[in-house]
Amino acid sequence: MNVHQPATGEASHSAVRQHHDEIAQPAGTGLVLSGVEIALGQHRLLAIDRAVAPGETLTVMGPSGSGKSSLFAFVAGFLDPAFNARGRVFLNGRDLTRLAPQRRRLGLLFQDALLFPHMSVGENLLFALAPGIRGRTGRRQAVEVMLAEVDLDGTFSRDPATLSGGQAARVALARTLLAEPEALLLDEPFSRLDQALRATIRDLVFSRIRERRMPAILVTHDPADAEAAGSDVVDIGEDDRAGQGARDEERPR
Amino acid sequence: MAGNGNGRLSKAPGAAIALAVPALLALPVGVGLVGVVLPAFGYLPALGGEAFSLAPFRQLLATPGLGTSALLSLASGLVTTAISTLGVALFLAAFHGTAGDRLARRLLAPLLAVPHAAAAFGLAFLIAPSGLVFRLLAEPLGFDRPPDLLIVGDPLGLAMMAGLIAKEMPFLLLVAFAALPQADPVRRMRLSASLGYGRMAGFLLTVWPGVYRQIRLPVLAVAAYASGVVDVALILGPSLPAPLAVRLVAWMNDPDLSLRFMASAGALLQLAVTGAVLLLWIAGEQLTAALRRRVTGGGRRFAEEGATRLAASIPVALAGASVFFGLSWLFVWSIAGFWAFPDVLPPSADLSTWSRVLPNAAGPLTTTFLVAILSASLALVLVVMLLEARRRQFPAAAGRAVRLSPAVAGLIYLPLIVPQIAFLFGLQVTLLSLDLGPSIPLLIAAHLVFVAPYVALALADPWFAVDPRYEQVAASLGHGAVAGLFRVRLPMLTHAVLTALAIGFATSVGQYLPTLLIGAGRLPTITTEAVALASGGNRRVIGAYALLQTLLPFLAFTLSGTLPRLLWRSRRAMKPA
Repeated sequence: MNVHQPATGEASHSAVRQHHDEIAQPAGTGLVLSGVEIALGQHRLLAIDRAVAPGETLTVMGPSGSGKSSLFAFVAGFLDPAFNARGRVFLNGRDLTRLAPQRRRLGLLFQDALLFPHMSVGENLLFALAPGIRGRTGRRQAVEVMLAEVDLDGTFSRDPATLSGGQAARVALARTLLAEPEALLLDEPFSRLDQALRATIRDLVFSRIRERRMPAILVTHDPADAEAAGSDVVDIGEDDRAGQGARDEERPR
Repeated sequence: MAGNGNGRLSKAPGAAIALAVPALLALPVGVGLVGVVLPAFGYLPALGGEAFSLAPFRQLLATPGLGTSALLSLASGLVTTAISTLGVALFLAAFHGTAGDRLARRLLAPLLAVPHAAAAFGLAFLIAPSGLVFRLLAEPLGFDRPPDLLIVGDPLGLAMMAGLIAKEMPFLLLVAFAALPQADPVRRMRLSASLGYGRMAGFLLTVWPGVYRQIRLPVLAVAAYASGVVDVALILGPSLPAPLAVRLVAWMNDPDLSLRFMASAGALLQLAVTGAVLLLWIAGEQLTAALRRRVTGGGRRFAEEGATRLAASIPVALAGASVFFGLSWLFVWSIAGFWAFPDVLPPSADLSTWSRVLPNAAGPLTTTFLVAILSASLALVLVVMLLEARRRQFPAAAGRAVRLSPAVAGLIYLPLIVPQIAFLFGLQVTLLSLDLGPSIPLLIAAHLVFVAPYVALALADPWFAVDPRYEQVAASLGHGAVAGLFRVRLPMLTHAVLTALAIGFATSVGQYLPTLLIGAGRLPTITTEAVALASGGNRRVIGAYALLQTLLPFLAFTLSGTLPRLLWRSRRAMKPA
């Protein structure tokens, strides 16, 4: 597996990159992965040291089994204890590393929409809406506004099982956004959609990220996703060159 | 080792719960065994046994017919399990994926609700010399009186084993249906067919081993149960001598308290007999595996099946039919007026039996219901705590299936493998020496020991099968573990939870021995009342009681099947599979 150290010559290419030493002190805004290393037993899966600025997306590429899912789980707070993880995650200056998942304020999107099957579309969104918004009508109003934002007006009472794949993906995005996360984690969220839909949903997601000025991490094996995210790419590829140090593939925006 | 926030925090109590619940459930078994070992060696100060001695064993071995009793128990355990398992394997081999398979699933599912005692009474009403079979044969064979045959209660215990098989074969078939998908039957059958294997040979050689591995625990539980059964033996079994467990109960309840020393020694013998049944069964498994390897190695295709497939349906069809017709016959008897022998149906029907039975049955029915609903609910809470604690040890289970660790599973399922009678005696003795009289809470606790394993068996697979990402989504939306459990996981598992509850309820309703021994006859349930009628021979009253005994679990299963449909009628993905 590859080891990712900042390749010294390239640091200046990236506006969002910070030097290792500086990362130890978390920056004010954005999502910072500081000295993160994940290993399974003696086997190091990945090492990453990056900062993602608000509105930017860090794309982590690699085939299945390369450890990109464990990076996702680590940042979200679900890493299986079988893994050894080191390093810290900061979000807008808060240290997330030891926070419970429900306190991290991270929005998750998976390759499946994972709408709760026992709730209507509206109930799925109400479940996400912050408790601070009170009153039945007020809460319903907030949900309807969000449904309109993803072009799904009038689906409040629908059974999620009756939605098309694209509609379900949009409800999932709406649900994530309603909880007002400070950052997004995307785990191949487009891979189950067919080709035509994929571009639309992708644009929708990335425009929301830029609009709401959220940092995001996208885990994928589809180069087109990386292209669309249009930013920093880390490739934790399959080649076994652990002894030879880093191969840091990076494309400045 | 940084990271994985609350995972670390919740791990310590999680691991503690994951051990505490099974320990709690296995504790009565341990206490009960100790409570039986001491008096078996003569030590029970409460009854004047102050010194250890081998006298109880000497007394036991001097009992006439002891060897026959032990052999009956051994044979009952082995024969019941072998025929039930073989019947299931043959049926699936012949009919998996066909219309017959679907028909069996539909027809046999309700049989899960029928308690052992009711099924045994039903069979007795069919095969007795004055039962349905001989009434149908009376005209063609030309007899006008019931033949003088000892069928129910035959000295070899064949009727008893038939009664056990009639109940256990459908049970194992239903368990096997649930296990089938994991054995990948469709692709394996296609592959073996493409290699030229006949349908049955293909199934038995490629799919069945995978199914059997999953249903092994229920099979062993059947073996243990059949070798120590009391209620079915009282209804259908021989009496001179009776199987070991039946004689133990008689000694234990004898007014002569000194017999309890011998009874305790007998309980250890029962433990040895059941142990022998399990060991012989495991040896049989090895033998079967060796035989299968030899057949596989030989490469014979068995493509010509002829009538074999039809013949393979007979055991399951007979078992299912005997329970169905048996129950119908119980009903006919419960409403029959005067009914002379060769008449197939009673010439008149009335409700006089029911009007006599219902006032007397109301009390036992209430006790039964109360104990069943409370023990099943308590078992559900404990099992959910156990499964959830176990699951949280693996926060992101993707790629690694969560299951109970072998040690934990061994502890929870222990009460199913150790013969009930062996440790219930000791438990009764312990309660006596603690001066605890029979009470509803104690009875609930005793039932819990047998109810919880079945609830765990029913709930574990669906519990661990829920995609962990649903709760990850809930957490990312700001919801904690409690909301994740009560607003996401439990509602998603409505059907599985209610089914587990119904199975627990039915298990409690059917318990005979714990109710008899822990209730000390002072807390009669519908089951102890029904079994007590066996010796009396009033068929009308027996019919009514056996039906009432079936009614409660049947209602529970009906509710658990319909409630999710009503609750989630507008949620397509929530349809029970």
